[in-house]
Amino acid sequence: MGKAFGAVAGVGAVGSLVAMKKTWDPLPSVKAAGFTTLDMSIYPEGEVITEKWRGKPIFVLKKTAAMIAKQTEEQKARDVVVGDSHFMLAIGLCTHLGCIPAYIPAEESFLCACHGGMFNWAGEVTKVPPPRGFDIPPFKIDGMKVILGEAGPEYQKMKDSGVTL
Amino acid sequence: MAHFTKATSVKDWLNQRLAIETVERVMASEYWIPKNINFLWAMGMVLAITFALLLVSGIFLLMYYQPDVKDAFYSVNYTIMRDVDYGWLWRHIHGVAASVVFLIIYIHMFTGIYYGSYKKGREMIWISGMLLFVAFSAEAFTGYMLPWGQMSYWAGMVITNIFALGDLHLDGLVEWIRGDYVPAQAFLTRFFMLHVVLIPLAIIGLIGLHFAALRIPHVNNQDGEEIDFDAEAKKYLAGDTAGSKVIRFANDFMSKDMMVVGFFLIFFFYLVFFNYGFALDPVNFDPADGLKTPAHIYPEWYFLWSYEILRPFSVNIGLLAFGFAQVIFVLLPWLDRSPNAVPASRRGVFKIWFWVLLADMIVLTAMGKLPPEGIFSTIGLVAALGFILLWVALPFITMNEKKV
Amino acid sequence: MKNKEPLILVVVVAFTLLTYWLVEPYAHSVLHKHVESENFAYADLKPLAKTGNAAAGKDLVMGAGACTGCHSIEKDGMPAAMDAVAAAASYGVNPPDLSNAGSIYDAKFLADVIVNPAHALKVEHKFDAAKGQMHPMAPFAGAGGDLEQEVADMVAYLQSIAVKPSEVTPKMAYENACGRCHALSYENWTQIGEKPAFKFEKDALAYDIKVLEYQEHLTKYMGKLPPDLSMYIRSRGEHFISTFIENPQAHLEGTAMPRVGVTADAAHKVIEHMADAGDTKRHERASVGKMVMIYAVIFAIFALLWKKQVWKNLH
Repeated sequence: MGKAFGAVAGVGAVGSLVAMKKTWDPLPSVKAAGFTTLDMSIYPEGEVITEKWRGKPIFVLKKTAAMIAKQTEEQKARDVVVGDSHFMLAIGLCTHLGCIPAYIPAEESFLCACHGGMFNWAGEVTKVPPPRGFDIPPFKIDGMKVILGEAGPEYQKMKDSGVTL
Repeated sequence: MAHFTKATSVKDWLNQRLAIETVERVMASEYWIPKNINFLWAMGMVLAITFALLLVSGIFLLMYYQPDVKDAFYSVNYTIMRDVDYGWLWRHIHGVAASVVFLIIYIHMFTGIYYGSYKKGREMIWISGMLLFVAFSAEAFTGYMLPWGQMSYWAGMVITNIFALGDLHLDGLVEWIRGDYVPAQAFLTRFFMLHVVLIPLAIIGLIGLHFAALRIPHVNNQDGEEIDFDAEAKKYLAGDTAGSKVIRFANDFMSKDMMVVGFFLIFFFYLVFFNYGFALDPVNFDPADGLKTPAHIYPEWYFLWSYEILRPFSVNIGLLAFGFAQVIFVLLPWLDRSPNAVPASRRGVFKIWFWVLLADMIVLTAMGKLPPEGIFSTIGLVAALGFILLWVALPFITMNEKKV
Repeated sequence: MKNKEPLILVVVVAFTLLTYWLVEPYAHSVLHKHVESENFAYADLKPLAKTGNAAAGKDLVMGAGACTGCHSIEKDGMPAAMDAVAAAASYGVNPPDLSNAGSIYDAKFLADVIVNPAHALKVEHKFDAAKGQMHPMAPFAGAGGDLEQEVADMVAYLQSIAVKPSEVTPKMAYENACGRCHALSYENWTQIGEKPAFKFEKDALAYDIKVLEYQEHLTKYMGKLPPDLSMYIRSRGEHFISTFIENPQAHLEGTAMPRVGVTADAAHKVIEHMADAGDTKRHERASVGKMVMIYAVIFAIFALLWKKQVWKNLH
C-alpha cells in the first residue's frame, strides 16, 4: 500500500512538473512579437542595413547591378528576390559563436571581431572558424514586403536544398 | 581518520561517507513518537507541506514579478495572471496558502496551549514556534506589498506608521524603514528583498530550530502521560508493536500525517480554485493610488485580532496594548505557573481560561474587520480589555492549580 | 479508550467556519451596500405606446431629428463628422456610433434618451435645464407630428439596421456602451479605440498624445477621469458591476456616471468582456480545478489506505 500511495503522489508530482515546464515556456506575448514586416522598397543599393527580428540583428543588403552580374550559382541560390530587386537577407550573427560581424564596404565583406571569421557580400564564409554562411531567417514575400518569422515557399526551397539551416 | 573499505553497493558507499543508515534510524525509524496522539499532531506536517507549496509557487512568481512601482501591478495582474501559462495557478496557490498557513498555525498554537506542550522542557519548542509565527507574519506582510494594489499601499502606509510609536513621533524611523516619505520605489524593492530572501532564510533556519527543539523533550501526547521512551522503544523493537506506547516516526507517524495531509489538500485546492476571495482581497485588484484611501481598509484576517487590540484605544495606549499582544504569547511558559502538563480539560479554571481566550480572539478578529462604529466599537473595546485581563490573570489562575 | 478525534474535528471545523463567516460573508454584508438587481427592466421608463415605422424613422434620424449632426451611423453610410478628440472637445465625450444601438440599448431607454437625455441617463442632478445646465445632447422636441409616433419610428429604424441582438459580441457591447469613457488597457483598448501596433515610437507617442487630449476633455466633462476597467471583474465582482451598470445612482448617489441603458443581454456581454480582460483564465481555472480536485480525493483515499495498513499492527 505504501508503494501504491507513493505512486499516486508521484503522479501528482509529475503533473505539477508539466505545469512548471509550461510556466517556463516563452510567453505568448513573446511569441506573438516574433514576426517583423520589412518594406523592401526603401533600401538603398550596396549598403548593409541592420534590422531587428526576435531580438537578433538582420542584415539587409540590396545588391548592386555589379554584384548581381558577378554572382555564382551558389550565391544566386541565397538571393531573396522581391519585385526585381535582389537582396542578401540574413541573420547577422556569426555562425561560429554568435557575435555580430561588421561590414567593411571597401572589401565588400563582413569581419567577425570575436574569432576573425569572414563572410562575403553574398553571406558565404570566406575565412574560418565559422562552419557555414549566414543563416537566413524564415521569410515570406508579400508584394514588396517581407514578413520575417513566417516560412514562405522561397524560404522553404532554401531550407530543403540546404542553403540555410 | 576514518577507515574506508571498498564499497559493496551504492548504499554502502554512501553509508561509509554519510552514515545514511544512522541518519535514517535517528531521524525516522527510531525517532519515537507517542501513540496516543490525535490528528492535531499532524499540523506540523501540514504546515511543512503548505510551506513547500508557498516556496514552489513563489519561485515561479519570482520568475515574472517586477519589483517596480510602475510595473509591479501589471506584472502580477497581466503578465502572471494572463500571459504566463499556469501563472494564475501559482498566484492562487501562493495567495491561498499564505492565508491558510495562518489557520493551521493558529490550530497548531492552540493545540499546544490546550495540551500544555510548552512546559517541562518543551519551552524552546514554544519559543521557536512563536518566533516562526513572527517570521511568518513578517513574510505575509512583506508579500502583501508586492502586487502594489490599493491594499498593499495603504497597509504599507499604516503599518510602517506604527513605528512612529505615537507621541514619540519617530518619523525619522518611519522614513528610514520606507526609504522615502511615503511607500514608494525604495520601499517596494526592500520589502521585495525581505520577502524573497531574508525572511525566508530566517524561516528555514527557525524551522530547523523548531524541529531540533522537539528532539530531546519528545513530542507531547494527548493524555499528558509521561512516557519512558527507551523502555517503550525496546518493547516496540522486540515485536510488541501493539502493546508499546510509542511508534516510529516513519512510516507509522508519517502515514497518519499523510492521511491528514490528504484531507487537508482537498480542502486547500477547493479554496485555490473555487473560493479564493478571502485570500485575494478584491480591493487589492485596484492599482495603488497614494491620493485615495479605500473606503474600507482592514488587514488580512489573521492580523485582525491584534489590529483590533490597537484600535479601540487612544494612540499611545493602543500601541502599548498592541505591543503587549505581540509579546505575551511568547511568555506563556512562564505565565502558566501550574506544574501540570496535561490537557486543559483536567486543569479546572485553566480550561475556562483557554476557551474564553479562544472565543475572545475570534470576537476580536470579527470586530477588527467590521467598521469601528456603534456597537462594534464597544464590543471591540470589551474584547480587547478582556484579552489583556485574561493574560494578567493567567499566573494567578494557574498558581493555585492542584497537581494532578 | 474513547476515540475523541471526531469531536475534536467538529470543534476545529466549527471554530474555523464561525471565524470565516464573521470575517467574510457577515463583515462584507455590513461593509458594503447591497443593491438588488432589477433585471434591467427600467421600470421607471414608459413602454413604447406606438408601433414604429423604420422607413419613417430613417427620415427623422437623418433629417428632422438631426441625430447625424453628432452621431455617426457607419452601417448606413453616415461617417462621423469629426474625429474622437475633436468630438470630445465639443461634447465632452465622443457620441456613440448608432449602427448597433438598436440591439445594445433597451428600446424604452432609447425612446426616453431621444426626448429627455438627462432623465434617461439619470444625470439630472448634473444637467438641470431650469438652471441652464444643458445636457450636450439636444432633446428631440418633435418634427411636427405625433411625438410618441416619431420616437417609436426612430427606435424602429435603429433596431432595423442593427445586427441581431444575438450577434452583438462582448467586445462590441463594451466598446459602444462603456469604451468611450473607460479604457480597458489589458485588451489594448483606449477611449479613442484599439491602439494599433506602431513600428516607430514617434507614431505610438503621437497616438498616446491623442488619447491624453481626449482624456483631458473627458475629465473636464465627468469631473474625474473614469477608471480603466481592466481588473474590475476581480476588484468589484460581477454582481456589483451588473447592478452598477443598471443604475449607477443606486450605488453611488450623485455620481457623474450615466445610466447607459443597455439591455440585460448586452450588460451580460459587457461583463463577459471585462472578465476576458481581468479574469482571462477563468475557464482554465475551472477545468484544471476539477481535475486537481479529483486527484486530491484519490490522493487522500490512498493515504488513508496506507495509514490503515501501517496502523494495523499498532493497535
